[in-house]
Amino acid sequence: MDQFVPVKRSKDGQPVRYLIVDDSVFARKNLGRMVETFGGQIAGEAGDGLTAITEYDRIVPDIVLMDITMPQMEGIEAAEKIVQQHPDARIVMVSSVGYQENIVAALQRGARHFVQKPVKPEVLYEVIKYVLGEDGSVAQAAGAGA
Amino acid sequence: MKMELIQPFINAADAVLAQGLKAPMAVGHLSMEEETYRRKGIAALVWLTGDIEGRIIFDLDPPTAAKVASGFAGMEVSETDDMVREAVCELANQVIGNAVATLNDQGFQFRVHPPVLHTSEHGSKSTEDTEALVLCFETASGNVFMNIALRYNATQSQAAAV
Repeated sequence: MDQFVPVKRSKDGQPVRYLIVDDSVFARKNLGRMVETFGGQIAGEAGDGLTAITEYDRIVPDIVLMDITMPQMEGIEAAEKIVQQHPDARIVMVSSVGYQENIVAALQRGARHFVQKPVKPEVLYEVIKYVLGEDGSVAQAAGAGA
Repeated sequence: MKMELIQPFINAADAVLAQGLKAPMAVGHLSMEEETYRRKGIAALVWLTGDIEGRIIFDLDPPTAAKVASGFAGMEVSETDDMVREAVCELANQVIGNAVATLNDQGFQFRVHPPVLHTSEHGSKSTEDTEALVLCFETASGNVFMNIALRYNATQSQAAAV
């Protein structure tokens, strides 16, 4: 897997903490490995929208990567409920069902961005930097600015 | 079953398999399934409901499933690992999700249900209004079969027209 310059939290230089929500264990593990190559840390996982809400309350991650099609409660509804309770929540929808209507619905209900599956690591990396904005910092490469 | 329904699934399988396996694939044998569906190996089933309804099954023999899972995971996954079954479900989810995205942008409305493992040896037989088409995708990891049985939902279409 590609290596990326680590993205850290600006406030304390600590790794960005992720909550990964997907009903597929395989997808969660893949996304987990991907964000670890970005210097991130997996703070929690959930396999459905309902569990995602309780996990968010428990761990308050920096970023949520949220699937859409899931049992119990789908991702867009879960994103809306999380944002109602935590207006600053940064939720990135990660789904193969990336049609216009779904993307618009997700953004209107509080998601910050949308990434289409299969996920390209370089795309997710850029989206994470964008969503973190000033709250994220990319470590300078060795020798930069010297 | 019209080709306009099938083509997005072929395109999506091409894109997803090529990216996951980092190698091109070819569309091989294509046939109508006359008899009852008979599982070949590890199979994931996805139901669609809405303007178009039916089911799609992705079916891979165990060695191929393990190679595909390894390709998608970027690490070795053995045939006995539960991750192989999870990977086949995720492959189905990604291909069908991408195809549905294309069809939705063409105006079709439907819901994709989460993939489930098809564990029984046999499935239902094709009917006149829901013929099953079997496509074989030839990859460097082995053959990936997509068994697709969809039909236009007249009730939904009529309701939308009123």
